[in-house]
Amino acid sequence: MRLAGRFGGAALSLVMVAVLGFFLFRVVPGDPVVSMTRGRPTTAAAQDALRAQFGLDRPLHEQFWSYFTGLLRGDLGTSFTFRRPVAEVIGDRIGPTLLLVGTSTLVAVLLGLWLGVRAGWRRGSVFDRVTTGASLALWSVPTFWLGMLLMMATGEVFPSRGMRDTDTAPDFVSQSLDVAHHLVLPSVTLVAVVCAEYVLVMRSSLLQETAAPYLVTARAKGLRDDLVRRRHAVPNAVLPAITLVFLRFGLVVGGAITTETVFSWPGLGLLFYDALTGPDYFLLQGLLVVTAAAVVVMNLLADLLHGVLDPRVEVV
Amino acid sequence: MRVKLGALLAVAGLLGTGAPPSHAQAPVVLKVAIVQQIDSLNPFLAVFQSSTEIGRLMYDPLTAYAAADQAVTEGLANRWEPSADKLTWTFTVPAGKTWSDGQPITARDVAFTYNLMLTDEVARTANGSFVTNFDTVTAPDDRTVVIRTKAPQVTMLALDIPIVPKHVWEKVTSVKDHTDDRGPVVGSGPFVLTEHVPGQFLKLKANKSYWRGAPKYDELHFVYFQNSDAAVQALGKGEVDLVNRMAPAQFDSLGDRQGVTRNRAQGRRFTELLVNPGAQTRTGEPIGDGNPALRDVRVRRAIAQAIDLDALVQRVNLGYAEKGAGIVPPVFSRWHWQPTPEQRRTFDPAAANAALDAAGHPRGADGTRFTLRLAGRAGRAYDEQASEYLRRSMSDIGIALDVRLVSDNQLNEVTTAATYDLAFSGWAASVDPDFVLGLHTCGQRPGADGKGGTTDAYFCDATYDELYARQLSEFDETKRQDLVKRMQARFYDQVPAVVLAYDNALEAYRSDRFAKFTTQPAQGGVIMAQHGVWGYYGAEPAGQAAPAARGWGGLAAFAAACASMLMLIAVYVRRRRATADERE
Repeated sequence: MRLAGRFGGAALSLVMVAVLGFFLFRVVPGDPVVSMTRGRPTTAAAQDALRAQFGLDRPLHEQFWSYFTGLLRGDLGTSFTFRRPVAEVIGDRIGPTLLLVGTSTLVAVLLGLWLGVRAGWRRGSVFDRVTTGASLALWSVPTFWLGMLLMMATGEVFPSRGMRDTDTAPDFVSQSLDVAHHLVLPSVTLVAVVCAEYVLVMRSSLLQETAAPYLVTARAKGLRDDLVRRRHAVPNAVLPAITLVFLRFGLVVGGAITTETVFSWPGLGLLFYDALTGPDYFLLQGLLVVTAAAVVVMNLLADLLHGVLDPRVEVV
Repeated sequence: MRVKLGALLAVAGLLGTGAPPSHAQAPVVLKVAIVQQIDSLNPFLAVFQSSTEIGRLMYDPLTAYAAADQAVTEGLANRWEPSADKLTWTFTVPAGKTWSDGQPITARDVAFTYNLMLTDEVARTANGSFVTNFDTVTAPDDRTVVIRTKAPQVTMLALDIPIVPKHVWEKVTSVKDHTDDRGPVVGSGPFVLTEHVPGQFLKLKANKSYWRGAPKYDELHFVYFQNSDAAVQALGKGEVDLVNRMAPAQFDSLGDRQGVTRNRAQGRRFTELLVNPGAQTRTGEPIGDGNPALRDVRVRRAIAQAIDLDALVQRVNLGYAEKGAGIVPPVFSRWHWQPTPEQRRTFDPAAANAALDAAGHPRGADGTRFTLRLAGRAGRAYDEQASEYLRRSMSDIGIALDVRLVSDNQLNEVTTAATYDLAFSGWAASVDPDFVLGLHTCGQRPGADGKGGTTDAYFCDATYDELYARQLSEFDETKRQDLVKRMQARFYDQVPAVVLAYDNALEAYRSDRFAKFTTQPAQGGVIMAQHGVWGYYGAEPAGQAAPAARGWGGLAAFAAACASMLMLIAVYVRRRRATADERE
């Protein structure tokens, strides 16, 4: 019953996001038709025709009804900017985003948690001071600046943009290596910035556990320090980090706007940026629904997993 | 452990020595960086500058603009003749020109394209304004196109409409849904689109049967950059061969770069400062909330006189611009206007102060006459720096400036709704000045409901409108030039906006790979963003034009570094576990 309640809550959140998205983006300043035709010889009649073509001349409640019923049918509308169905435009960009942000998040989580545990367990050591200092420094660095700096520092070693060269041989191996080559700089940038978050959370979470009585008991039983850490301290300390990890995985779909913009990585983050400059209402609505759905689903999973990892939390 | 390490190093070595990703006999490719998205490659829908530029490479128009002097020259038609009443135009499409699939190009293709636009509203999306005045378009035979217009139209040789192949497009059931990017796309231009990966790149190959002769290289690739800094870096690294839309600082940074040549060209753009002249709708109702003081032309002139345009060009444009005057940039020399010494407003704050006193705006106790809002775009270096400069200039004549830098969309909204006193704006003009002149006619203002306006500066002046109507039906070019210049003089005198500068177009290319590009016009012209195909079509490879050296050495080194790090961690963890008992 409670499980059904959680699913119901997630579904309700999604509906609210869909409704909010429609009205939220209508408040974004700017007339999409004026933006679309700026710099071109256009008559007022031609602008009206464009408004009619995209249904922007209809009353707001009619536009909303058309959007909402379309959403239920899986029709997210047509992008003003790209003149193609929104679902198709988003579909094109989801793969590159999952590859970049997914890979980077995975590496950042594993590395961050590992470093956080080591730093927290040996508080005050050189390793702790270096790790914490570096994490704080990277966490405060603007992403675009770090990206541009890496691009300049690595010279001609790594490509500056995109995920593929135009003249790479079409076979699978060449294409895969080419994508991997393009992936290095944006993912290093993203890992460097995101990793710090996990280091700091994991470290402070572990520090809270170090004085816990059950660790004294474990040591009194004669367990080695490594085993005390791995079997007793970490499983308890990792719980707050799990929520963070799932939240972050939910945001993977939203892309990394700054990193994708600096490296012209053709993902959803870059698409968001382009859609906002329109403003491209239908594309923005579609992106919001897709990214919100990912966050809601990941939150739900985090909730369920908490029950598995921590028996004190009752899920069902 | 050693075995594993050896295996990893072997894989890394294999990657490092792997052949660079090029074909056995590499084609000569010109790679161009574009910093604007592609909205559509369907020539009836494409509106963005980047898309229309690529569209011109795929489809020729009926008439074109020459590279050397931008004069009207042969497109698909090689002859044209208006009737005595200027209502009927007869164009001749000569035999011998073919589509890229070998089919002959005929007058019927031209008539089909124009009639599609006349009958299908969606097909008028991008270029509808060119056919608004068309009555009928017919092709009595394969060589002749006859266009009847409702009224004489002087811009009949400036129809920037891509002509599409009838045998392909008559099968298209919905213009709206036709993306026209599945290669090879049948066209008439010097290049054929072969591949489009949205948001990433476009590939075109040379049309060997192009009627002007095949291009001198094999492929033309456009790669998309969201970030112009990255595009400039890529040029330096040899990843791309041609970049434009550079900021002055980026242009300067390439000054001593080996193998790179810069092109400082006269651009089509001008930057202006809008001065709200008391905005009204087409029906004469006031709109917006502009400061009433600006309705007085003496105040607008005083503001213009207090701005030192030379200093602005030097300090804000870093010298990469020319001082502004009329609304047609100097690159279009036939239509460009410069004030005579009598007409010219020289920079003179004392005279501006006196004019404001005479206009009934004395300074208050704090030395201020009144406050004006200045709207600009946040994040655009020009607006940020020029607004500070203007703040000081206006302070010298007792006008306080309330600078409001906002997003691009907000700025559009403010200027459309006339809720500004002063605002930065700018336009790119075309070879034919009709478009940029038309922006300032009374009819361009919004309707009674405040919507449907395409005006730039809310200018409405009977003298200007009368001159506009006359130039539109003046077929003698010398006389039309005179009318166009008089319109600009009137605009300058009435100051609905101050043209601050004509921006230079800053471009750079890899001269170690491409020796020469055709600029338009020949002297001081641009390579990219031309009104035609010359820049890309006329590019000549330098010697062998070897592709930029590229390999996966970096990837190999990175993979090896990651593997080594993992290995070290594994060794460390294993050793600690092995010695755990001893340590305890």
